[in-house]
Amino acid sequence: MTMTQSPAHAEFESAREAAAGESRGLAIEARGLVKRFDGTLAVDGIDISVPEGSIFGILGPNGAGKTTTLRMLLGIIDPDEGTRLVLGSDDPHAIASRIGYLPEERGLYPSMKAVDAIAFIGSLRGLPKATGRERGRELLEAHGFGEIADRQIRRMSKGQAQTVQLLATLVHEPELVVLDEPFSGLDAISQGRLEVTIRELAAKGTTVIFSTHVLAHAERLCESIAIIAGGRVPFHGEVSVARDRLPPQVHLETRAADGAWRAAIPADASPQVNADGGALWNFSLPESGVEPLLIGLVEGGARIKTLSIERAGLHDAFVEIAGEAAARALEEGREMPS
Amino acid sequence: MMRFLRSVGVIARRDFSAILFSRSFLFFLIGPLFPVFVAAMAGGIGANVGGSVEPPRLGVAMKAADTERVMLAHERLSPATNMPVIMSIGDGPPVDPRGLLETEGDRMRIAALLSGSLEAPVLTGTDGQLRAWRGPVSIMVENARNGDAALPEVTLDTVAAPPQEATPRARIVTAQLAQVALFMLTMFLATMVLSNLVEEKANKIIEVLAAAVPMDAVFFGKLVAMLGVSFVGLGVWGSIGGIAVLAGVGQIPFLADPAVGWPAFIALSVIYFSMAYLLLGSVFLIVGGLAATVREVQTLSMPVTMMQLMVFFFASYALGSMGQPMEYAAIAFPFSSPFAMLARAAIEPALMPHLLAIAWQAMWVAIIIQFGARIFRRTVMKSGPPQKKRWRIMGRGRTA
Repeated sequence: MTMTQSPAHAEFESAREAAAGESRGLAIEARGLVKRFDGTLAVDGIDISVPEGSIFGILGPNGAGKTTTLRMLLGIIDPDEGTRLVLGSDDPHAIASRIGYLPEERGLYPSMKAVDAIAFIGSLRGLPKATGRERGRELLEAHGFGEIADRQIRRMSKGQAQTVQLLATLVHEPELVVLDEPFSGLDAISQGRLEVTIRELAAKGTTVIFSTHVLAHAERLCESIAIIAGGRVPFHGEVSVARDRLPPQVHLETRAADGAWRAAIPADASPQVNADGGALWNFSLPESGVEPLLIGLVEGGARIKTLSIERAGLHDAFVEIAGEAAARALEEGREMPS
Repeated sequence: MMRFLRSVGVIARRDFSAILFSRSFLFFLIGPLFPVFVAAMAGGIGANVGGSVEPPRLGVAMKAADTERVMLAHERLSPATNMPVIMSIGDGPPVDPRGLLETEGDRMRIAALLSGSLEAPVLTGTDGQLRAWRGPVSIMVENARNGDAALPEVTLDTVAAPPQEATPRARIVTAQLAQVALFMLTMFLATMVLSNLVEEKANKIIEVLAAAVPMDAVFFGKLVAMLGVSFVGLGVWGSIGGIAVLAGVGQIPFLADPAVGWPAFIALSVIYFSMAYLLLGSVFLIVGGLAATVREVQTLSMPVTMMQLMVFFFASYALGSMGQPMEYAAIAFPFSSPFAMLARAAIEPALMPHLLAIAWQAMWVAIIIQFGARIFRRTVMKSGPPQKKRWRIMGRGRTA
C-alpha cells in the first residue's frame, strides 16, 4: 500500500476527521489505490474519503483516472495496490444491494421494455423482480416518463434510454449512488432534472458520488470534491476549501486615474484606462483584508465608481491546483497529454 | 454461496427468456429438422428416379407352345417367388440368341434371353444377369415342364423377432451411437455459446453486470441459461421423434440394452450431456467473450468445431481400448470424459465410477469458469494483476 503524506493526503485526513467530527461515517474510504494496465500507470496512489450522505464530485479531464478509480471502488476491477472500504466492506460485490451505479458507457438490453430493464438491474442488486417492476413504473411516472414504461429500449430516444438507466440505478433505493459522467449526453433540461434528482437523493441521506469534467455541476452540487489529474489527487476536500486556496478577486472601477489611493492596491496590479479618465482594476485581495483596502481607497481619493470582491471560482481553483494544461484539457473535453 | 446462486439465477433467467422468446429460437428448434428434410427429399428423388426406370426383363424365345407354358408357369410362381419380369419375343427359338440380344436387347429392354426348348433351355446374358436369374429360370422351366402343378400349400406361422442380444459387440454399437448423439447435441449448442457475451459487450451492459455481480456468476448464469434452452430443444425434438415413431414413420432402432440398464443410461446421458455442454460451453464462452465483434466470433467458430471433433475422435478411439490406458486418458481428460463415460455406461454395469467422473467433470467446470472469469476481467474489463511481459519496455502513461 502506498502511503503518501502529500498536501492532498493531509486534506484527505482532514476530510476524514471532519466527517468524524460531524458524527458522519465514511461511505467510501480508499487509500493508496494504484492501477496499471499492461504496465501503464492509470491511477497512482489515490486516497479518497466520502462522508455518508454527502454529494461528492470527482473532477478531472478525460484520461485522468476518474473512471478507473470508480471501477476500483465498485469492484469491477481490483486495485494492484491499496485498500478500499465501501460502506464498511472491502468487497463491493458483497454489498451490491446497497450500491447503485450508472456507468459512463450506458447500456441496456435493446429488446427489454423500460419497466423490465429497471426491474432487471434492480434484481441484479437483489431487489425482487415484481417489486422492481412496481417501483420502476412509479419512478417513470414520477419523472414524467410514464408513457414509455412498456416501450422497448430500442424504440426510445437516447435521452429516454439514459433516464431509464438512471432510474434503474436508483430502483433498489441504494445507500450509495455512483454516477460516472452522468451529465454527458444530456440536454440542458435533462441536466437540470438530474441535478434536482441528485439533491433529492442527498436530502434523503443517500451518498452520491459522481465524476465529471464539467466544473459547473460540481460547483453547484458538491460539498466535497477530489481533483484527479495524471492519476493522482492533488486536491481532496470541501469545495469551499478549494476555492479558498485563491484569494478573493477585487474588481475596482475608479474615477480618479492616480493619487495616494494607489498605495492600497498591490504593486503588480495594472489598470485599464476608462473612457472617462478613470481606471479599471482587477487584482487579488491583499492579505491584510478588505478594511485596510477600503480605507486606503476612500481616504486616498480614489472616487470609487464600482467595487466588487468575489471568492475564486472552482475553475480558478482547478487551474491553481491541477495546472493550466489540465484545465485546458478539462474545458476541451479531451485527454490530458501525459 | 446463496448470493452467488441468486446472481446466477438472475443472469440465467434473463438469458433464458430472451433466447426463448426470440425469433431465432424457432430456427434453432427447426434446425435439426433440416437434415431430415434433406434426407426425405433425397429419398423421394431417388425413389422417383428409380420408379421411372423399368426393371430388366427376361425375353422368352421358344416355340410357341413352350413359350406359353413358360408364361403360365411364371404366372403361377410369381406370387410366391421372386421371378423376373418376362416377355415373349419372336415365333420360335432364334438361330443366334447372342446376336438377337445384342441387336434387340436395348430396344426391347431385355437383359437376358431364354431360348432352346423346355427339355434343353438356354439362358443367354451377361455373367451377373445369369447368376441372378439362373435359379428362378430353372424353377420356372421345371414348373413349365410339369404342366399346371400348383405350388404346395405352406402354413405360415409368424413369430416375434428375437431381441438384440446384449453381447459386448452389440453394446459397443450402443456406446458408439450414444457418443455420436452426444457429440451432435453438444456441437449444435456449444457453438451458440460463442456469441453469448457479444450482446453484452456491444450494448455496454457488461459494465452494469460486472458492477453488480461477480463475473463468474455472469459466466455460469449464461451457461445455465443455454443449458435450459438446450433442454427445451431436446424436449421438443424428443417429442417430435416420439410422435414420429408412434405414428410409424420410423422404426425404433434395435439397440442392445446398455450394461447399466436403460433408465440409468438415459439419466447418465442427460448428466453427461450437461457436463459435456458445460465443459465445452465454458471454454467457448471464454473464447467468444474475448471477441469484440460478431465477425470475430464467426471466424472463431471453425477452429472451435474442429476442437470438438478432435475431442469426439479421441473419445471414439478410446472406445476400442476399454480398460486400457487410452480409455483412462479419455476419462481423465475433462473434455472427452463425458463421451468416454457414456460409452462405458453402455458397456460396463458399475455405477460408482460414474459418480466419481461426474464429480471430476463438475470440478473442471468450476475451474474453467473461474479461470475464464479471471481472463475476461483481465483482458476485457482490464483488471487483475498486470501480466508480466518481460520483452516489453515498460512505459509510464495514463489511462482513463
